[in-house]
Amino acid sequence: MAHPRFAYAPAPESRAVVRLRPSYGLFIGGEFVDPLDGGGFKTLSPATEEVLAEVAAAGPRDVDRAVRAAEEAAGPWAALAGSERAKYVFRIARLIQERARELAVLEVLDNGKPIRETRDVDIPLAAAHFFYYAGWADKLEYAGLGPAPRPIGVVGQVIPWNFPLLMAAWKLAPALAAGNTCVLKPAETTPLSALLLAEILQQAELPPGVVNIVTGAGDTGAALVAHPGVRKVAFTGSTAVGKEIQRRLAGTGKRLTLELGGKAANIVFEDAPLSQAVEGIVNGIFFNQGEVCCAGSRLLVQEPIADALVDALKRRLGTLRLGDPLDKNTDIGAINSPAQLEKIRDLAASGEQEGAQRWEAPCALPAQGWWFPPTVFTGVSPVQRIAREEIFGPVLSVLTFRTPEEAVQKANNTTYGLSAGVWTEKGSRILWMANRLRAGVVWANTFNRFDPTSPFGGYRESGFGREGGRHGLEAYLEP
Amino acid sequence: MQTSTGTGPIGADLAAPARTVPFGVPAPGTEVVRSESELRRFLLGLPGVDQVGVEERAARLGGRSIKAAAKLFAIDAAISMVDLTTLEGADTPGKVRALCGKARRPDPADPSVPPVAAVCVYPDLVPVARGALAGSPVKVASVATAFPSGRASLAVKLADVADALEAGADEVDMVIDRGAFLAGDYGRVLEEVFAVKQACRKAHLKVILETGELATYDNVRRAAWIAMLGGADFVKTSTGKVSPAATLPVAVVLFEAVRDFLDLTGRAVGVKVAGGVRTTKSAIGYLVAANEVAGEAFVDPALLRIGASGLLNDLLMQRQKQRRGAYAAADDFSVE
Amino acid sequence: MAKTAKLYIAGAFPRSESGRSYVVNAANGRLLANVAAASRKDVREAVVAARAAQARWAAATAYNRGQVLYRIAEMLEDRAPTFTAAVADAEGCDDADARARVGATIDRLVWYAGWADKIAQIVGGANPVAGPFFNFSLPEPTGVVGVLAPQNSSLLGLVSVVAPVITTGNAAVVVASEARPLPAVAFAEVLATADLPGGVVNILTGRTAELAPVLAAHRDVEALDCAGAGPELSATLEEAAADNVKRVLAAPGEEEEWSASPSVQRMLAFVETKTVWHPLGI
Repeated sequence: MAHPRFAYAPAPESRAVVRLRPSYGLFIGGEFVDPLDGGGFKTLSPATEEVLAEVAAAGPRDVDRAVRAAEEAAGPWAALAGSERAKYVFRIARLIQERARELAVLEVLDNGKPIRETRDVDIPLAAAHFFYYAGWADKLEYAGLGPAPRPIGVVGQVIPWNFPLLMAAWKLAPALAAGNTCVLKPAETTPLSALLLAEILQQAELPPGVVNIVTGAGDTGAALVAHPGVRKVAFTGSTAVGKEIQRRLAGTGKRLTLELGGKAANIVFEDAPLSQAVEGIVNGIFFNQGEVCCAGSRLLVQEPIADALVDALKRRLGTLRLGDPLDKNTDIGAINSPAQLEKIRDLAASGEQEGAQRWEAPCALPAQGWWFPPTVFTGVSPVQRIAREEIFGPVLSVLTFRTPEEAVQKANNTTYGLSAGVWTEKGSRILWMANRLRAGVVWANTFNRFDPTSPFGGYRESGFGREGGRHGLEAYLEP
Repeated sequence: MQTSTGTGPIGADLAAPARTVPFGVPAPGTEVVRSESELRRFLLGLPGVDQVGVEERAARLGGRSIKAAAKLFAIDAAISMVDLTTLEGADTPGKVRALCGKARRPDPADPSVPPVAAVCVYPDLVPVARGALAGSPVKVASVATAFPSGRASLAVKLADVADALEAGADEVDMVIDRGAFLAGDYGRVLEEVFAVKQACRKAHLKVILETGELATYDNVRRAAWIAMLGGADFVKTSTGKVSPAATLPVAVVLFEAVRDFLDLTGRAVGVKVAGGVRTTKSAIGYLVAANEVAGEAFVDPALLRIGASGLLNDLLMQRQKQRRGAYAAADDFSVE
Repeated sequence: MAKTAKLYIAGAFPRSESGRSYVVNAANGRLLANVAAASRKDVREAVVAARAAQARWAAATAYNRGQVLYRIAEMLEDRAPTFTAAVADAEGCDDADARARVGATIDRLVWYAGWADKIAQIVGGANPVAGPFFNFSLPEPTGVVGVLAPQNSSLLGLVSVVAPVITTGNAAVVVASEARPLPAVAFAEVLATADLPGGVVNILTGRTAELAPVLAAHRDVEALDCAGAGPELSATLEEAAADNVKRVLAAPGEEEEWSASPSVQRMLAFVETKTVWHPLGI
């Protein structure tokens, strides 16, 4: 391909706004403390592989300390007037807005996702969640859970690496508004924005112990959910780990909500608004490098337009810009970790072995960092791994269908049920489809939309419970 | 079944077999205009445009950050795409001559600034522009066809076109009959475009859709297809007399239309955005949209024009800033 | 000689495929009947029946589901003396208590019947998202729900756990009270004549500890109500239920006081919230 005349020059966001400390302790009882068990780990930048900081690994004694701090804070926090709790939560929201640029850049550095997304999606939505739930704190009697709903107590919250700050917001905001105290465990590969959030909580003068943040790997999370002081567990992550948590909580009487994996069908009918459908497909599977539980990873396209749609999609993918995630023009950033990259590679390889046709967007991959090009598999049959397993990467599997019944049947032919997309100009068909799709979120003529007022969560093995909206309070209140 | 007969493009295959493919578009796809009912079916069968989706896509394109060398390239490209325009009742030969001077040498202090693409005036001022631009590569464009409303008989419109051509216009900017379009009389709109195109002979025809009056993006897409099927060399957003004039989402729809038409017929039709493009940032947004939606080949004055007047000075100011590193003052550049 | 009560599967009354039965005595020790002892294969058949019936039941109008529940209440009322006797026998209470429990059962059915076309209005609705979208959430049935009926409250308890499950459009595979199954058997006869499509409720009699684990581990069962399991069994069921991320209502430490006014919580335990987005544009 000839060098284009209109080649966009680099347009990087400055990273000077972020001041990283060389090392971070655990956030317990309102201050940063060294871990009792003494361990630590490095967090790396996926785009460059540089070490960003050393982060404490919380052992069982540290988790215990964090839960005790939360227990101590629980009574006074729950006893506080709702209108007073609301003020703290509003303050957190406002501080996130004020430090939005810093958070956006930090999230890029730690996660590898593009600045355009952290700036326009992750950070504003995180602030919006705190704003939304702040307003609930003094209105809980209207939440549909009886005249005087009560908080549960100490909640343990384990979040993933794909939307680090946003997932922290989804967990903390409703829990705090409802009067619970929290111990939050960020993902091992993306702890930094939660630790910056800890600074924000200090700035907001949130009473010590109301939120505690323990960094670490899977064993830290396991210790947290198993701790007898934790009365409710909220987990977002893989279905395998979610099941393990559900097993471990059996018989404990602890409340549990799970937001797990997905293998969403994005269904395009022949009468769809095609250009917007192409955008929706791109947004569905290449937003955040496809590292999204509700990603539209299975494109179901009606046969009469299958070839034209795939051609249009490939043309569009040719304009995606992969590279430096701090560049404001970057569409596709780095894969979060070598382990995730390996998993994506493995599944993509299986697609080829099992007979699907592989196509990659023509883009050069940087030499440093962990990258995977936007990839489309055509000729995919439902039995193949790439049609059934969650890839959690920028890999789209294209299947075809002939009738609406067949589309529904194929879309529902999965153990997951988190989200689905429908593209058609026919209103009655949209509602007919929405009615039959076994998924917690149905995006019609759009995809990957999120809003604090809008309940989000899965059917079937995509988990249970809802985050967002009035429904999101149910997990954090006793009737 | 074909029932329509006539002398225009619709039913042309029945009435005049020699004009079965009447628009100089010897390619598949043109058979859609063999009858009015086929035309209607074709237009109504085009994929819909979702407003929210296309506006979000446009916002993303407009949000591209074009810096450094890319910005310099884009500024010079945008200058070379400007149709420097004056379309006022108060226009005088003096003003048109001043505009032509600016068109030939936008920045007298800097010969590296390219000339603009064309000067666009009313038909009666075409001779003035023709004379003032003699020997330069700058084209003379004239609005015609009872611009801006288009509310006149076809005969009057064709006479208007003939006037402009006789006076030496290289390019004709016609308006479609929006009333006919909104009434669903697509055949009539097509026939007018076709008739004007025939009248234009070698002159380039830009067909103004006046998208601000078309109400929906679906209509923008349909009108663009009518214009292209009728033989347009450019589809143009607006007269500049109606608000909203050019918008980035409308341009995205047009870039998709010309891209799809090129795919279908092999003929490249250009896009002209006109009205409301006042800043370099906004102009660059259109270049980015052309680049990413229609393809890089469309980032070229042969296929992309910007109808504007005040924009040019903003481009010059930004150009100077990019080159010298210091901000320019408005009075550094002439106002015509 | 007492007759052998059968199972209720897919709207029919089969014997257990195992051929097994067990003796049921009244609270005072008097022999009441032989009752079919369902096997793991009967559970399988019941789940197949529930699965087959569920989508159509969910697709019925909420008004229609409500009508069916009212009809069940009416039929039960018609047979109130039979149920009163059965409850008195099973629970060892006097006639007045038994009458009160049957009356409460009828009221409970009527209460849930009215919810069928209202629950979506109190837990669903429009969400005012910040953007040009129309967005609404609505409750949908979870699917096939395993229900372990309370062991003590043989009729009121049974109906209090089955009605909320089916009101919202789920189908149920119910394991009746092990020691007090006869009111459930009589209830099955009511269901069979009350316009409830076959398979929407399937009632198995037998050993809870034997049947419940099969339901808990069954991958085509989407939810489990452990009301009648007891805490110890409940814990093992909850663990098995994780295999397909079942929604589980754990067993309480002690059986609930079923005469208390119910809340909507049992309905909400077995519904999913679906949220639909669509752009607003022209």
